[in-house]
Amino acid sequence: MNGPQGIGRDFARRLLRNRLTAAGGAVILFFFLVSALPGLFASHEPNRIDIVNILRPPSAEHPLGTDDLGRDVLARVVHGARVSLKVGFVAVGIATALGLLVGLLSGFYGGWVDAVLMRFVDMMLCFPTFFLILSVIAFLEPSIWNIMAVIGLTGWMGVARLVRAETLSIKERDFVAAARAQGAGDARIIFRHVLPNTLAPILVAATLGVAGAILTESALSFLGIGVQPPTPSWGNILTSGKDNIEYAWWLSLFPGLAILFTVLGYNLLGEGIRDAADPRLKGR
Amino acid sequence: MLRYISRRLLLTVPLLVGISLVSFLMMHMAPGGPIGAGTDMNPKATAESRARLKAYYGLDQPLHIQYGRWLGRMATLDFGDSFSPDGRPVAEKIKERIPITLTINVLSMGLIFLVAIPVGVYSAVRKGSLFDRISTVAVFTGFAIPTFWLALLMMILFGVTLGWLPISGISSMDHESLGALGKLADRAHHLLLPVLLAGFGGLAGMSRYMRSNMLEVIRQDYVATARAKGLPEGTVVFRHAMRNALLPVITILGLSVPDLLGGSVIFETIFAIPGMGQLFYQGVMSRDYPLIMGILTIGAFLTLLGNLLADVGYALADPRIRQG
Repeated sequence: MNGPQGIGRDFARRLLRNRLTAAGGAVILFFFLVSALPGLFASHEPNRIDIVNILRPPSAEHPLGTDDLGRDVLARVVHGARVSLKVGFVAVGIATALGLLVGLLSGFYGGWVDAVLMRFVDMMLCFPTFFLILSVIAFLEPSIWNIMAVIGLTGWMGVARLVRAETLSIKERDFVAAARAQGAGDARIIFRHVLPNTLAPILVAATLGVAGAILTESALSFLGIGVQPPTPSWGNILTSGKDNIEYAWWLSLFPGLAILFTVLGYNLLGEGIRDAADPRLKGR
Repeated sequence: MLRYISRRLLLTVPLLVGISLVSFLMMHMAPGGPIGAGTDMNPKATAESRARLKAYYGLDQPLHIQYGRWLGRMATLDFGDSFSPDGRPVAEKIKERIPITLTINVLSMGLIFLVAIPVGVYSAVRKGSLFDRISTVAVFTGFAIPTFWLALLMMILFGVTLGWLPISGISSMDHESLGALGKLADRAHHLLLPVLLAGFGGLAGMSRYMRSNMLEVIRQDYVATARAKGLPEGTVVFRHAMRNALLPVITILGLSVPDLLGGSVIFETIFAIPGMGQLFYQGVMSRDYPLIMGILTIGAFLTLLGNLLADVGYALADPRIRQG
């Protein structure tokens, strides 16, 4: 469909795409570094209140300004990075583990196991995810641990369907029959032969999932039902941005940029992995 | 066609049962049970009045009987009374909030179609062009922007700095004194930002989706045939390719219901719009369990309905589905 000059254009596009993947990876590495060594990036304490200097615009002393309690916004954004990463990874870890388990069982055993599990997935998918998360939070205390658990427990259905589909096709392959002929049991076949072959799509889903979990956490924290102050999170800094919207644009701008770049980084990396793992899907 | 629809309808029955079961169980997992929050904090609630409430809600009955009653009540959309001081029926509260939420979502859906479909089609037809590359970058950025953050920035720019648009509510103080046309203009003025932002989340996804559909269709044999016949490129793209590429969009329409509903919680809270999303948020903050469960259940119904309409609509538009 491309013709001779299309190949060159395709190559250029692929190069661009790879560079984007690298850029995504670099952004993620940067935020890892920030959360590992916050002192390197911010000289102030994130929770030190300074009532003389409230709502100061960005200056040499406070590069991103101060908030309504005089706390340094840069320090809060830097320390918020750790919260976002933690929520992203733990929530996706829970969702991936659950989705893997359900998908493997469903795809491998089929029959009524598959029917029951997949109807349960269908049913879970009927509930608008954000509604479901908010409902559960209403029953619990909002805390970082509950947020991680709830985002994870409401986000596994996509992974389950993905893993099930992969398992269905993998279990029919010759190498599985060969393993069976050698006397391998179900558990060995599932974990040694089927599971490793589903890893590429799971890695893509998990990478994109981290981005989604970070977005959800920031929205919840923004609404006041996520990470609770004084622990800084990008979402709850934005809450004070909204409360002071008429006086302090810097409170609204910078935490949002941090979310934007982080999420963009994970999305780019995820797309890059997808292309590398399965070139047929390139450009979709 | 009728057989297809009835078969499809039959499939929703177990899902409806599942939804009711989940909401029933959640209600029971609530700390202190369904009446806990209403009485635990209330010093006036005696043990006797608690027992009376328990009997009223049927909590002294075995679980399966309670579930049967719950099912019966849900069938008539009776979700009980709100825990809030006004104590009004939850169904009534939801009913008066739904229209504004639906209005905003339908308008933003229209916006998504108006913008995303042309962008997607053009990117696919001119794949690799400057326009395609710019829109690809825009799509990726769009996926990563938190809507509530964009809302804040828009409020700062258009509301605070420029002062062009109101940043909260759905009508001005003098709304009642305006004429019919003035009222409409006032409403539109207030809803402009919320509609733009509600649509924003879907824009990136839809244009990307349209692009990949179009890329898929445009390389099929019948499109090559149309070109080989010497048809002008415009006819090939719009009459032959685009019509088929649009088909899966029907499905996306149905599937986007839960995202739109979830999003309405966020933008209705930010813009102080008295819709279902804001009601839900207030319910969550005050732990108004009957209200929360009512809206959660309605949300699930709407999602199910969206899926159903999408499937039926697809079958109407594509004979291959209803015969397969």
